[in-house]
Amino acid sequence: MRPIGWSTRRQGELRGWIAAGWGALGVLAVLVLWELYKFAGPSEGFIVGAVPGESGSGVMLLPRTHDRAMPHVWDMAARLFAPTSGGDTPPLWVSVAGAALVTLGIAAVGWLIGVAVGAVLGLVMQRWRLLEWGLLPWIVVSQIVPLIAFAPVVNAIGNQIDRGGGIWPQWLSVAVIASYLAFFPVAVGVLRGLASPDRIHLDLMNSYAAGYWATLFRLRLPAAVPHLLPALRLAAANAVLGAVVAEVSIGMRGGIGRMLIQLAGQASSDPAAPWGPTFGSIALGLIAAGSVALIGLGLANYRRGEATA
Amino acid sequence: MTDADAATTMLPAAPEPSGRAPRPMPAERELPGWLKWVAPIVVGILILAIWIFWVDVLGTAPRMLPSPIAIAEEFVRRFPIILDDMTITATNALIGLVVGSLLALLFAGLAAAAKPVDGMLAPLVSALAVIPIVAVTPILNTMFGASSQFGRQAVATIAAFIPVFVNVLRGLRQTRPVHRDLLRASAASGWQTFRVLTLPTALPYLMTGLRIASSLAVIAALVAEYFGGPADGIGTAIATYAKSGRAALAWAYVLGGIIIGLVFFLVTSLLERLATRRSSA
Amino acid sequence: MTQLAVHAAGVGKVFPTKTGEVVALTDVELEVSAGEFVSLIGPSGCGKSTLLRLIADLDQATSGTLEIFGKPAKRARIDQDYGIAFQQAGLLPWRTVGANIGLPLELHGTGRADRAARIAELAELVGLSDFVDRYPDQLSGGMQQRVAIARALAARPKLLLMDEPFGALDEMTRERLQSELTRIAAETSAAVVFVTHSIPEAVFLSDRVVVMSPRPGRITDVIETGLGDVRDEALRESPEFFDRVTAVREALHGTPVTRASES
Repeated sequence: MRPIGWSTRRQGELRGWIAAGWGALGVLAVLVLWELYKFAGPSEGFIVGAVPGESGSGVMLLPRTHDRAMPHVWDMAARLFAPTSGGDTPPLWVSVAGAALVTLGIAAVGWLIGVAVGAVLGLVMQRWRLLEWGLLPWIVVSQIVPLIAFAPVVNAIGNQIDRGGGIWPQWLSVAVIASYLAFFPVAVGVLRGLASPDRIHLDLMNSYAAGYWATLFRLRLPAAVPHLLPALRLAAANAVLGAVVAEVSIGMRGGIGRMLIQLAGQASSDPAAPWGPTFGSIALGLIAAGSVALIGLGLANYRRGEATA
Repeated sequence: MTDADAATTMLPAAPEPSGRAPRPMPAERELPGWLKWVAPIVVGILILAIWIFWVDVLGTAPRMLPSPIAIAEEFVRRFPIILDDMTITATNALIGLVVGSLLALLFAGLAAAAKPVDGMLAPLVSALAVIPIVAVTPILNTMFGASSQFGRQAVATIAAFIPVFVNVLRGLRQTRPVHRDLLRASAASGWQTFRVLTLPTALPYLMTGLRIASSLAVIAALVAEYFGGPADGIGTAIATYAKSGRAALAWAYVLGGIIIGLVFFLVTSLLERLATRRSSA
Repeated sequence: MTQLAVHAAGVGKVFPTKTGEVVALTDVELEVSAGEFVSLIGPSGCGKSTLLRLIADLDQATSGTLEIFGKPAKRARIDQDYGIAFQQAGLLPWRTVGANIGLPLELHGTGRADRAARIAELAELVGLSDFVDRYPDQLSGGMQQRVAIARALAARPKLLLMDEPFGALDEMTRERLQSELTRIAAETSAAVVFVTHSIPEAVFLSDRVVVMSPRPGRITDVIETGLGDVRDEALRESPEFFDRVTAVREALHGTPVTRASES
């Protein structure tokens, strides 16, 4: 089916467009399903096992379809262009964009901290196996358990430092929590990447009497690139997640997390509004992951031999 | 597809269930095997020691960071109510894990069988893997009613769906050509090939996906509690007690959350280990 | 005249690739009689593995006719008229040795008791009776290959297809397995089409050696070994054996080779 005579690069681009086309079709399918369900679904939802007289009992298997619970797709779109809180306030999408940028900035700081910490940990664990054995289990456990619950605690500690004479703006607490989620994939990715070279290549460096640092820069780091890039991408997504959650639990103003909660509280009177910051969060995650993917473009040479899925 | 794969490769055990550890370089001194267990325990004890020192001996830790001993005391004292909330959060996570995995199996099967389905799903799942899913919780609470646990369960479902889908889909495609030739030469029907080859090949990948999904489901269920819904569960308790300054109790609830996460992880890790014992070829 | 195990007339195979077409095989004429042992030998790209895959109906010929026991290849595959062994043993790692041997029988509905009896019989044939309950990862390469051969024989085929099955083994194991293979082929009176890179192996095992060459893949020569039915270790040192090896080598190189006895 491939057009004969096209260069491999053009064929690659064509494949890219085809994939994007299918993706768009997928999004369209979701929208169509939404509207279809709204049209055909029960207005009060589908509840199983409800006890009459006891509100909130039973298990709701399908959501409610009336306009207050599930706005139409076009209502959501229109709401984005309506004023944020009536009157002269700027359109909703502007407020969402502003809040998203704030959160993006904080997440970026968190990402940088997380990448730095993760990279150091990865380096150190690869260098000394004993450290890997001692630290890695704790690093793994730290992510399995929901330590994100520490958010209010970190904020309180930050406040204490701030009041005690140090400088600790509230957003820094958010960044620290974001970095906590971001460092783990980087640590694991760096560890695996630095340990990935073949025995043959390591023997080669040994035969040149290359020391640790020479081997690190000439062999291990380049070999680590294919492991590092997905890790950085995952770290970016995690940093965004951490920032949003931290904002909510700390109650930080100006970010998209707080906007989510605020508009959700008004959902009964303004049902389409919470979708604004929701779309904003989605865009945020995509932009963060996409920005990191751009880094990968410059490192294309180091990714030759990367197995495609 | 590598993007989504990376998004779910959280833990050092590689997604391919090969079970082969990297050989140590001969230049390194061989470390005794028992250190593998002792080292993390030593590190753990060190952390505890520093913690206790900072809080109890030095007395300079912030108020929100109580002594581990105080936390343990609160945990034991309040165990009944902590257990109630643990049950709520754990149930939400479990429902999310089960439903998410079932849906993932279904969709992965569809995607492996039909290219259009795969084409539409791949970018959607890749996008889902990088967005903060819990941000959807307020919307879900509106749709399902703020007094139901469903919003949280739905978030946990989505969180569990992604890694299971990615891993099962990969597993369904991992049959080796020599095995496929063998089955064809034996004139096996499509169903027979699926039962005898594709399914056993994919099973370890499913277990890996479940292991990753279990932690994500617990975290999602817990974090979703921050975004609204009924006033129960571990997450709301932590937030409430942290705000009212009862630090030791807040951390006792955190300990409860840790226990849930650990249990989920250990069970699914065990299942994964059982399933991957005989699959490396 | 007894039916031919393999009858190939004008068989050709063309692969379309990104940069044009590749002629893997062209104009192949080959007849393998029942009970005959035939080797295919030649350098990389000569189409020997492709020809084997066509016979096994793992690929389809783009020209010519191919008949296995008088039937089209696809029919022969569905009727399970042949057994096949690959270069990688290809054992399913999650099944025991016994379950691996019995796989073809299981797929075709043989009852459990019958299956168990046949598995025991085959395990004894290849000398692995003590290992029936082990797993492939507990066996050496040579032992895995013996399991693969046992599996290929499970449905009592009259034709064995083997694609460099001993290629990944060391020389000592290789020679041992060659002896076992001739014994098994003689005992089951199956025809064998055997793809190999090794000239001594081809001569030791076969009644006829089919020499092929690449670009395009084709048969250039067929050499009768004429070494009789008894293939024992003594044969490896006999002058007739060396003579046939030289003949095959000459055919492969396309030019006469100076023998040690002449100069």
